[in-house]
Amino acid sequence: MRVLLVDDEQELVETLAERLGIRGIEARWATSGDAALERIDLENFDLAVLDVKLPGISGIDLHKKMKAKYPGLKFIFMTGHGSHADFTAGSAETGADYYLLKPVNIEELIDKMTRLMAK
Amino acid sequence: MNRQSDAEIETGLRFFGKMTASVSHEIKNVMAIINESAGLLEDYSLMAEKGMPIDPERLKVVSDRIASQIRRADSITKNLNSLAHSVDEFRKSVDIRETLALAVGLTGRFADMRSVILDFQPPSDFPAVITSPFHLLNLIWQVLDFAMDVSGAGKRVGLTFEAGPKSVKIRFTGIEALTNPPETVFPTAKEAALLHMLGAAIHQDAEKGEIDLVLPKDDRQQVTAES
Repeated sequence: MRVLLVDDEQELVETLAERLGIRGIEARWATSGDAALERIDLENFDLAVLDVKLPGISGIDLHKKMKAKYPGLKFIFMTGHGSHADFTAGSAETGADYYLLKPVNIEELIDKMTRLMAK
Repeated sequence: MNRQSDAEIETGLRFFGKMTASVSHEIKNVMAIINESAGLLEDYSLMAEKGMPIDPERLKVVSDRIASQIRRADSITKNLNSLAHSVDEFRKSVDIRETLALAVGLTGRFADMRSVILDFQPPSDFPAVITSPFHLLNLIWQVLDFAMDVSGAGKRVGLTFEAGPKSVKIRFTGIEALTNPPETVFPTAKEAALLHMLGAAIHQDAEKGEIDLVLPKDDRQQVTAES
């Protein structure tokens, strides 16, 4: 499984990518929507994990662009916004397969990734 | 309570909500980084238990990362605390340098999201004005919000100040977009109400790309844009 992690917090995606790598999941990262779009044109990915709030192009718009270009790509959203209402609204608005709250539990993230890839 | 004061209350609450939401988002990010870093240290220890060699330099990188995020969280919570205490008194002597540093700290994430650089260049003096710290912060935010909006991604918005005998000017620079009349009218009624409350005035110089926020040394006196 090849995963692209997109979040403006470089230390977060760097660390998460290393932890996924330890668990046998190949992960790359980008810290903006534009960088993610460049990266996804250069490499093949099965799944993208996107932060909702990104500098420049938002995570939601990035999702739309990626989905239009690569319809087979699966998506998981991460957000720092906290209420259950936000969470539900976010899931509906983004149409993402899964929506996780930060801080993310890595085992839960891998579980969602595995389920998505099995679909 | 009249309609104007309702609008003022609403503006204040919106500002407070916007700032605290941004701060809480930033704290969540800090927690997420610390969470992953702690997890990575745990991964390393499990690997070491299985006899896999771990480069001590990697451990140092992760522990430094945690320490740096703790310092970041400390700075974020100090700013949040200062914002919370800005409503303790609605008329007091306010240090302009400290207030601008706080405004830049609170606004940093909004600038990052717009890919705008905020550049605070304080002169060497420490002017103070007697005013409402909370409403002044709100007004500085409104000007910064407008300046960042019209400037757009990749631009640099500067902040500095200049003290005169009866007033202090807070200067927002680098707003080149002022040469093309922006679609947004500024100041709006919301900023006009804050200006009136603080006895302050705004002057826009489109040619220089600057906005001056002129504050009286004492908010019981009204200043003009030319003060």
